[in-house]
Amino acid sequence: MKRRLFAAAIGAAALVASGSALAGKDLDAIKARGAVICGVPTGIAGFAAADSQGKWIGLDVDVCRAVSAAIFGDSEKVKYVPLTSQQRFTALQSGEVDLLSNNTTVTLQRDTALGLDFTAITYYDGQGFMVPKKLGLKSAKELNGATVCVAPGTTTELNLADYFRANKMTFKPVVIEKVDEIRAAFYSGRCDVYTTDVSSLAATRVANTPAPLTPDDFMILPEIISKEPLGPMVRHGDNQLTDIIRWTQYAMLEAEEYGITSKNVDEMLKSENPTIKRILGVTPGMGKALGVDEKWVYTIVKQVGNYGESFDRHVGSGSLLKIDRGVNKLWTQGGLQYAPPIR
Amino acid sequence: MADVLPGERPQLAPPVDDTGPLGWVRKNLFSSWGNGITTVVLIVAIGWILSGFLHWAVFTATFDAKSGAECRGHGACWALIREKYRYIFFGSFPYEQHWRPLFAVVAMLAMLILSSDRRMWNKRLIAIWGVGSFVAFLLMFGQIHISLGLILFVALAAGGLGMILRGAIATPGELNGWRALAAVGALGLIGRITGVIPTWSLAIAPLSYVETGLWGGIPVTLILATYGLVFAFPFGILLALGRRSNLPLIKGLCVGFIELIRGVPLISLLIMASVMLPLFLPSGMTIDKFLRAQVAVILFAGAYIAEIIRGGLQSLPKGQFEAADAMGLNYVQKTTLIILPQALRVVIPPLINTFIGFFKDTSLVLIIGIFDFLNTANQALVDPNWAGFPGEVYLFAAFIYFCFCYSMSRYSKHLEIELNKGTRR
Repeated sequence: MKRRLFAAAIGAAALVASGSALAGKDLDAIKARGAVICGVPTGIAGFAAADSQGKWIGLDVDVCRAVSAAIFGDSEKVKYVPLTSQQRFTALQSGEVDLLSNNTTVTLQRDTALGLDFTAITYYDGQGFMVPKKLGLKSAKELNGATVCVAPGTTTELNLADYFRANKMTFKPVVIEKVDEIRAAFYSGRCDVYTTDVSSLAATRVANTPAPLTPDDFMILPEIISKEPLGPMVRHGDNQLTDIIRWTQYAMLEAEEYGITSKNVDEMLKSENPTIKRILGVTPGMGKALGVDEKWVYTIVKQVGNYGESFDRHVGSGSLLKIDRGVNKLWTQGGLQYAPPIR
Repeated sequence: MADVLPGERPQLAPPVDDTGPLGWVRKNLFSSWGNGITTVVLIVAIGWILSGFLHWAVFTATFDAKSGAECRGHGACWALIREKYRYIFFGSFPYEQHWRPLFAVVAMLAMLILSSDRRMWNKRLIAIWGVGSFVAFLLMFGQIHISLGLILFVALAAGGLGMILRGAIATPGELNGWRALAAVGALGLIGRITGVIPTWSLAIAPLSYVETGLWGGIPVTLILATYGLVFAFPFGILLALGRRSNLPLIKGLCVGFIELIRGVPLISLLIMASVMLPLFLPSGMTIDKFLRAQVAVILFAGAYIAEIIRGGLQSLPKGQFEAADAMGLNYVQKTTLIILPQALRVVIPPLINTFIGFFKDTSLVLIIGIFDFLNTANQALVDPNWAGFPGEVYLFAAFIYFCFCYSMSRYSKHLEIELNKGTRR
């Protein structure tokens, strides 16, 4: 209840704050500043984390880099602001960041009451349960009375309560803020179940299982109890910026669909395919319509890569996390990633 | 034997098992059956734990590896620290410019070490901190722009403060100096506000600009703790004096502030500063996140220091106050010349204790997404290439924290002895 009141207060404040916003204002500010300020998570392996040199890398980070490439023709003109899940919406509302690429689930409330806009879905996720195999469980329906490790202040916590109530089961929550501590609590047996998005569960299972346990000692139960479509968010008020961010994601998907990669993008410029010519700006028009350089997709793909490359590099087969592409495959391969045509 | 007088016996050496190392062992470790058994059990336990630790940390440890995978199945993975230590120390500060935070840290440590010498406790200290802080922040930021308005404001504040504090005890020449400074500040500010004097700022820009969002690691911890306390100290003195004031309004405000701040955890102040404050500001206006955290730390530390100083004020005998009154000193003179010097002497050891506490408490800034030393250590764990070795990273962080805190607590102890020389028997 308290949280809902708090959210309402934030929402009300945001409505007041966004009332004076003019179209194009945020984009103008970005251009004047010469950098996109991007709110990223405070460290999620594969999505946004600092490497040994302090450089931010990950799938969420690539969204910021692609937007920077589209606006400035240079993917490095990004300032990263690490934000916790409690801070992130205020930071966006107050103008501290231009966009959130923060593993944020798209929900109706966030899209409306918070005064924010979602652009495109960059990653289809869903909440699941990980348990030790030795418990001998087959289904999440058998979890009655279980102790569940969960992070506070996220949709995860609400989904968990909803799921158990709907199935007339009880559970004892162990609420821990830091993801490392949740993992430690789970692996040390303080809770029977660890629930969060499946991508994160898979990553935890592969990369964080401490010796002498092995990843095979744990399993992810088949039930997916929520839809967690993750995507970048912006404030209400600057539709042009929203368009650029949305079509940046679509461009990365379109590039993958038409086989344009960071390696072959230069040859693709010579392609006779009219769709590819339009995408890469050989046939001009698209960039002008969006208000960016005609070479915008070329720059994105050249500097950041297409969606498939970005996915593989950070969370997929090319990374240590080895998350299955699953529903994040292109629609042509039976997945959900479907971009409207660039024409 | 020749020098023994008749009728006296030569002094015999004590029995062998009462002196030397053997005697010490016997007297202290095996004085009775119970003690003997305790000693043996503890030695065995310590040996067992230590051998296990050494086996993990030294004998089977990996010191050189390309990724965490090569460490698996062995002991400690110190290769992780080797790979990540620069990130843990300096965070996301541009990699090739890590010498800047390094020298900034050196400058801050030098200031702290110089301040720890009692011979430096005079006006020289202000100069040291002024120059040292300027160097440290210039290294961290790379460029500093000081606006004319700020310079004038500082002149006005310094002049005004000097006039009040030195009011009746300064030489006429000195007093005129303060007056002139305040007048220049006031006139300049008026000119600036009315637009007579144009905008101008002093730009010192020898290096590339690095914003606070990229700062991390040891410099952040040191800055938050050090400047938190440096600014909280005068603030705390004012609060403590205000709390003992006879004016009900001032007293009420000070008591209210102290109790309010002490009544809430630091985390809630930080959350207020980072989540609530931006909502109250006009749209588009933002205050630097780091500055907000720093101000929250200053407010918090101020309330605690106020209470410590109040303890020092209360420890003074009433006669000191009365004697000062009898000398005909006014309030400012009484406080600055008689009361505070004595009160502060008493509270220096507990102040260092507070500093140790704040040095560690600053890691709470994690919850608002600022990466201090502990949080950069945390971040090193997120990299999937090196995930799964929290023990090594936390041990390393604990070791660094221990080095800082232990030296501060030794210093505090040394100072306690120094300052109490007059009262010790």
